[in-house]
Amino acid sequence: MLAVDNLKVFHGPIEAVHGISFNVPQGKCISLLGPNGAGKTSTISAITGVARSSGIVRFDDLDITALPVEARIRAGISVSPEGRRVFANLSVEENLRLGGAMQPDLGEKTRDIAHWLETFPILGERRTQNAGTLSGGEQQMLAIARALMARPRILLLDEPSLGLAPRIVAQIFRMIAELKAQGMTILLVEQNATQALRLADYAYLMNNGLIATEGTAETLGANSALMAELTGMG
Amino acid sequence: MEYVAQQIMNALSFGAEYALIALGLAIVFSIMGLVNFAHGELIAVGGYTMVAFGALAIGNPLIVIIGAILAAALVSVTLERVAFRPVRYADPTTGLLTAFGVSMILQNIFLLAVSPRPVAVTSLYFLDWPVEVAGLRLSSLQLFEAATTVIVIIALTLFLRRSTLGLAMRAASLDFEMVRLTGIRANRVFAMAFLVSGVLAGLACIFILARRGSVDPHLGFNPVLKAFVACVVGGFGSLPGAVLGGFLLGALEVAMLVLLPQEYGGMKDALVFGVIAMVLIWRPDGILSPPVEKGDKL
Repeated sequence: MLAVDNLKVFHGPIEAVHGISFNVPQGKCISLLGPNGAGKTSTISAITGVARSSGIVRFDDLDITALPVEARIRAGISVSPEGRRVFANLSVEENLRLGGAMQPDLGEKTRDIAHWLETFPILGERRTQNAGTLSGGEQQMLAIARALMARPRILLLDEPSLGLAPRIVAQIFRMIAELKAQGMTILLVEQNATQALRLADYAYLMNNGLIATEGTAETLGANSALMAELTGMG
Repeated sequence: MEYVAQQIMNALSFGAEYALIALGLAIVFSIMGLVNFAHGELIAVGGYTMVAFGALAIGNPLIVIIGAILAAALVSVTLERVAFRPVRYADPTTGLLTAFGVSMILQNIFLLAVSPRPVAVTSLYFLDWPVEVAGLRLSSLQLFEAATTVIVIIALTLFLRRSTLGLAMRAASLDFEMVRLTGIRANRVFAMAFLVSGVLAGLACIFILARRGSVDPHLGFNPVLKAFVACVVGGFGSLPGAVLGGFLLGALEVAMLVLLPQEYGGMKDALVFGVIAMVLIWRPDGILSPPVEKGDKL
């Protein structure tokens, strides 16, 4: 569904990703793993069109490399970005309404909002509160719900567990598992390899802007030396 | 007592005018970090549109007023498309210089195409007649101005809270890239900001010309400078701040006029800016400066 071919990503004069290729098939959960600075977020930024890049990004066999950010989102790619980036000066409900900005049918949009507020009861309780006043975990749920309001065909999740308490991390991953079970195609970027591999069908391990290893979750998970390194125990 | 009430009305009417213009500056600044110094020329565009209507012998006040507002709005949106879009993501200094450039070009067009001297606009005098409200002798213009500003504030608030584009504009003041990541077209957000800003300039133009009765190429310079000060005092980029700053400045000016003895009248501006300097020492970012993202950014 999403195919990345020889992708290089640039931040100003610096090349952060040096030509990587990978695939996210429909209905699968693919994970990009790796330490800080490996180029995972840069890769996400290149897929959404925010960062300057070379190489080819295909979505549904359509070359979207030349499309601006908005057009890619409109094609069905949605992102819960690193750092969550909820609109702090808007209420929870207004954040969700913006997430559903592409939904022309107001009734459908209202139903979607109700659905996600029900799925995340804590957000329902805080619906009129400014998003800036939410805790980190609540902001993460809001960022994911906002991304889902777009009714995407592929969901990009960038470090959904970063900076959150283990209990909240477990909750977020349960939710991602549920989305996967419902058939959502997911590209999951994570440092938390243990959690990510429990969910992912296939994973790519990035290091220094390149893909170092790839394989099914089982193979990677069974490689104890690799896992020790990934989980910071090595 | 009556005198005080009348001066309060004066202050409100000055303040309303500054607030209208300051809102126009703030709405563009909040989303693209650009201080649009060409905003004053939009006011002049409205004025010259009225001159043109006069030359065509179109005196219907409704047509003149709506025409002037539409002209200011249209030019504003055109400027965004032609001049500001190419520098949208450039350094703020580049945007500022572009705005000065646009301002100079427009002033020179007025100068060459019309006249360097003031041109009379008489079609709006009908807006101004003395009225008595509760024993107070007021000008109808002051009432119109106050009412218009109230309506504008209500309409703008509703727009920013209810419509998707309005929400996007509020969100864009914090994180424009994330707004684009929700699929909202950046071009539409910018165009809307300049459209609203242009309409506000057009409204301000109506009141300025109804009072002055003439338009010249530098018509907009002083009002926009005052509005800029209002924005700085209120907190640049904050829309409530722009309104508050506008009314504060109006009140200060009238207070100085009233309280200063005749022979010190020339000190008015110095004292007004002195007070503003003190406000800025107290709140360097302005009274209602927009919140800076301090949340757990990782």
